[in-house]
Amino acid sequence: MHTAESAGPNVLPLRPPAHQVDPRAVTWWRLRGLAVALVVALPQLVVALVLGGPAWLVGTMAATVVAGLAYAAVVPGVLFRIHRWEVTGEAVYTLSGWIVREWRIAPISRVQTVDTEHGPLQQLLGLASVTVTTASARGPVTIRGLAAGDAAELARQLTETTQATAGDAT
Amino acid sequence: MTLPAASAEPEVGRHDVPWRRLDPRMLVVGPAGMLLRLLPFLVIVLVTGQGDTPRLLITAGIAVLVVIGGAIRWRTTKYRITPERVELHSGLVRKQRRSVPRDRIRTVDLTSTLLHRAFRLSVVTVHAADSASAGEKHGLGLDAVSAGEAERLRHELLERSPAAPVADAPTEKSESLATMNWAWLRFAPLTFSSLAGVGAVVAAGFNLLSELRVDPRKVPGVDDAAERLAAGPLWIAVGVVGVLLLVLAVVGSTALFTERWWGYRLTRESDGTLRVHRGLLTRRSLSVSEHRLRGVAVTEPLLLRAGRGAQTRALSTGLGKDAQGGVLQPPAPRAEAHRVAAAALQEAASPTLTPLLRHPRVALRRRMTRALGPAAVLVLAAWVVAETTGPARLGPLSLLLLPAAALLGRDRFRGLGHALTPRYLVSRLGGLNRRTVALRREGVIGWTVRQSPFQRRAGVVTLEAVTAAGEGGYRILDVTGADAVALAEAVTPEVCAFGARTR
Repeated sequence: MHTAESAGPNVLPLRPPAHQVDPRAVTWWRLRGLAVALVVALPQLVVALVLGGPAWLVGTMAATVVAGLAYAAVVPGVLFRIHRWEVTGEAVYTLSGWIVREWRIAPISRVQTVDTEHGPLQQLLGLASVTVTTASARGPVTIRGLAAGDAAELARQLTETTQATAGDAT
Repeated sequence: MTLPAASAEPEVGRHDVPWRRLDPRMLVVGPAGMLLRLLPFLVIVLVTGQGDTPRLLITAGIAVLVVIGGAIRWRTTKYRITPERVELHSGLVRKQRRSVPRDRIRTVDLTSTLLHRAFRLSVVTVHAADSASAGEKHGLGLDAVSAGEAERLRHELLERSPAAPVADAPTEKSESLATMNWAWLRFAPLTFSSLAGVGAVVAAGFNLLSELRVDPRKVPGVDDAAERLAAGPLWIAVGVVGVLLLVLAVVGSTALFTERWWGYRLTRESDGTLRVHRGLLTRRSLSVSEHRLRGVAVTEPLLLRAGRGAQTRALSTGLGKDAQGGVLQPPAPRAEAHRVAAAALQEAASPTLTPLLRHPRVALRRRMTRALGPAAVLVLAAWVVAETTGPARLGPLSLLLLPAAALLGRDRFRGLGHALTPRYLVSRLGGLNRRTVALRREGVIGWTVRQSPFQRRAGVVTLEAVTAAGEGGYRILDVTGADAVALAEAVTPEVCAFGARTR
């Protein structure tokens, strides 16, 4: 065991949460990345071709498309490897982020509400997100990209646990 | 009219509590306040028109509309306090219904402007904890009720916080924790908000002048003075303008300080609330429910710190979002700030004075990079501007930014620190706006750990203690991962389950 000062870099003495998200989340992130690229690229295309804008717009558009494709090819896989979650009888624990990693922990006794939500893309893929809210505006813990059935079950179970735990959560 | 007794049993579904109206004197005060606000505009309309009929009619019409509006507002606004919640209904066309559960009320703010005071009225503003359910706002305001009614409401709304045992000796008189010391006036020019206030006053003045179509250059003497200044060397002009602004800032900030903190008193009321009285023209009294107090923050903006001053504010839900949120005292000597912090928390020694653990050396490097990076960009931009258009001196002059940034970076590192006491998590950060936060352990309701790629390389993380109070979360910058996890585990044992000790 090293001392805190000399511990190797990038060591956070927390084990990763136990569960991975649903593999379909990779498709979700991929589609979302592509959609964003499309939204950015399309106006450029229209201006460049239809309205006769400057020629360099074609270049920036090509760059947008390449960046979008590269993101869709690489990042969702990375996100899938990083994103993990765990709910125990005592706490909700998530790990997320791609460039900036973010670990969030909320003790169950402090949970106020549990919400599930499905965006249109998530619905298409049979996915859902579960958001666990505490009394702080900075505190919500969201687990994204769960299978819809699992999300509903998790939300039910969480609601049951939080109701069984006393305290007004502030 | 009957009031639900403070000790009434919370009967669910009891809704026979009668509605109450705002004070009838609002029929006068409401329109009068509105007209006062419109006064500059009305004066301009009348002055520029030199008494022609349409303009007189417009003015009269506005006045009549305002009076009618005031009457409608008074007629349609009603409120009541049921055993469970405070409800406020208002509006004729756009009806508003506000409702705040009483067990979520954290602070009650009584405000009386000069006009309100003339009629012995008070505006009651209730701040509540964030509520997840829709339709329930974070608070509501009653503008206005009689001063006596306001006092009773304050007592009633804060006393019945169910989660807390009521103070043992309810008959005890309020205890004074701090009073005004006018020697503190020396800190007035050192507060940045005051400077900003002065800027606003100057801007408003100019605005008024231009509205009145007075050209400042036409004022006798001004034009002459400006010409002489322009004729002399640049540094004299800069110096004169600088000194003028400085004098204005000192005078303005002193006036603002006086208005804001006249009659300052911090008391602990017998009903278990901390109460701050203050204000010269507008009287304010903020009451914070003590069992909802989650800690204190001692803030030391750079200028104030240079003058060895500080200011303490309370951490409670619903406070801390605006600049004046939860302030318990005027800018005061540092020792006084910590004394008030201790008194507010009922501790013998303020946890904000706990010796803090230094952060690892890489934190210094990171603070330096963060300070010097933007400065370098600015210097580069200044050189580019100087080369292409601007004055040639701009480039070399901008180099002064670099040592300033380096000093700031080192200062920020020196400020960094954290400690864990038996009851508090104490943390400090910031250079331009340094603050020391002592958060009650039980006020921590979660954790967020963030690590950027740079931090990953340096082996540090940013730990944020999530709380319902104040700003919602307080960061501890650049601690080692091991320290971060150890802190979290010590404060909330739930975290232990995720620790990787067995490695």
